[in-house]
Amino acid sequence: MSWDSIPGFVSVKEAFGETTVTVEPARIRDACLHARDELGFQMLVDIVATDYLNWGGRGVSGYIATASGRDLNFPSTQGLQTLPEVKARRFSVAYHLLALRQPPVRVRLKCWLDDGEPVPSVVSVWPTADWHEREQFDLMGIRFDGHPNLKRLIMDDDWEGHPLRKDYPIGGEPVRFSEAE
Amino acid sequence: MAIAPERPRTRAWPVVHADQYEGTRIPRPVPTVRPVPERLRGSDDVLRINFGPNHPSTHGVLRLVLDLDGEQVVGLDAVIGYLHTGFEKTMEQKTWWKCVTYPERIDYVGFQNNELTFVLAVEKLLDLEVPEKATWMRTLLCELSRIHSHLIFLGTSALELGAVSMFWYCFRERELVLDLFEMVTGQRMHTRYFQVGGLAEDIPEGFYAQCRSFVEWMPKALDDYLALLDRNAIWLERTKGIGVLSADDAIALGQTGPVLRASGVDWDLRRDEPHLSYGQLDFRVPVYANGDVYDRYRVRMDEMRESTRIVDQCLRRLERLKGHPWIADDRKVVLPPREELHTSMESLIHHFKIVTEGFRVPEGEVYVATESPRGEQGCYLVSEGGPKPWRVHFRAPSFVALEATATCVHETLVADLIAIVGSLDAVMGDTDR
Repeated sequence: MSWDSIPGFVSVKEAFGETTVTVEPARIRDACLHARDELGFQMLVDIVATDYLNWGGRGVSGYIATASGRDLNFPSTQGLQTLPEVKARRFSVAYHLLALRQPPVRVRLKCWLDDGEPVPSVVSVWPTADWHEREQFDLMGIRFDGHPNLKRLIMDDDWEGHPLRKDYPIGGEPVRFSEAE
Repeated sequence: MAIAPERPRTRAWPVVHADQYEGTRIPRPVPTVRPVPERLRGSDDVLRINFGPNHPSTHGVLRLVLDLDGEQVVGLDAVIGYLHTGFEKTMEQKTWWKCVTYPERIDYVGFQNNELTFVLAVEKLLDLEVPEKATWMRTLLCELSRIHSHLIFLGTSALELGAVSMFWYCFRERELVLDLFEMVTGQRMHTRYFQVGGLAEDIPEGFYAQCRSFVEWMPKALDDYLALLDRNAIWLERTKGIGVLSADDAIALGQTGPVLRASGVDWDLRRDEPHLSYGQLDFRVPVYANGDVYDRYRVRMDEMRESTRIVDQCLRRLERLKGHPWIADDRKVVLPPREELHTSMESLIHHFKIVTEGFRVPEGEVYVATESPRGEQGCYLVSEGGPKPWRVHFRAPSFVALEATATCVHETLVADLIAIVGSLDAVMGDTDR
């Protein structure tokens, strides 16, 4: 498969037997159209956004060294064994495509976004993208430019915030009897 | 089995039949909202009503905002989210080990398949080899789960169209499946029997005989269902030619599973992208060509028969695997055998570490898809290399199936809407997650 013919092609990576093609966010619609019409990926299976805020922020596990030796108050951390690969931007949006043929071919088109940066909608390429994009807009706050009906899908219309973001508080409902009052 | 007649192959594989109707019926500009036609806009005859979210025939809490012109559905907007439970967010806070309980509560009718998809995704990240016995048992339980799910579809769909007795017959056989689940796992539903690495426990001795008698009984039950429904004039009248979805529209709308196969597309991940033991099993993939409610019902009926055959084959295989290990021997991931905890310090440490901190999963992202009773059930995982997932996302076939509602209600009556929603077989827990 000639991945570098995809418009906006940045890089291609093979991992765990899966192909990930990174594409410039502004050209994702062209890339999807090309994948559908030229490369034969008839079906859009899924759109999923991921928030990489504070990715790898727990650091490597082990003793925390200070100038005077070990800090006895924080003897060790529950960190990672190795630092993970640094991510280009805060959000990734992944498009899982499927070619219905024998053997089936799957590819993940991926683009990287900063907070508030829009990405072109692919509803005009695959109608099924409608709810997938609305869901990612609702829960992750990704703005899809050109979506005909971009409003909340899962949460209430007047909900504030995007629950799947990493900075969304867990159990963040206001508590009436807290000490602060 | 009604495989569509061979046609000149003008289209790419695997479409076998694609002339249900000319052009497309997907509404514009929003593919999931059917707008009121121009001639009726602002008319006093058009009545806007809420169908659901707590109407018994919406299979849960689906809300359809309908525009009715008399009995005719002229506009539709599906509203979901009433059963949103934040599973994806919750799973980010739990260790991989504890997460296994959540996926089955997402699609609470086809629970084994959801659990399987998550466990397979974690195993893919870990690059973990699963013993043969566990793979065969997983296949068997997933097929029992498919039968269970299709029985609920058949019972409730028939009930909604007035065939009350069908409901009782289907739930009679459903009890037999649940009894089998209970025997193996201790739970009737939400079994948490699949572990990362294999199965939670060995298969109990009495299971083989009881499952064998179920395999012998089930084809007779299916004959009963066919006798009750398939020559029933009311059932045929209510299902044939209703809610038609063409092959091209089904693919454009991302449909999978029975909905796609009823629209004439010969596509089944069990055969085309074999996972578990499906590559070594002999089974047929039922495909029907009209894309209506009746064909979706027929696909599921045939699938139950095929699933019974698969269960039979798995059972034969498992009977030869008695005494074999049921879970991988990797102490960094799998809990040590209980009896070792009393004698081995190493085992005690491993047990403690897995239960408290959880095992670590290498950094990376994977997408794993399996064929659930409702279609392609996908699980997207991102791992940071720690004991908890960074991101969990489920590709829910029910979510996608409901996107097709606005296309299927092309020129239908409100009574047929009930048959259409039933035939898409969406589980609201799966849709809203």
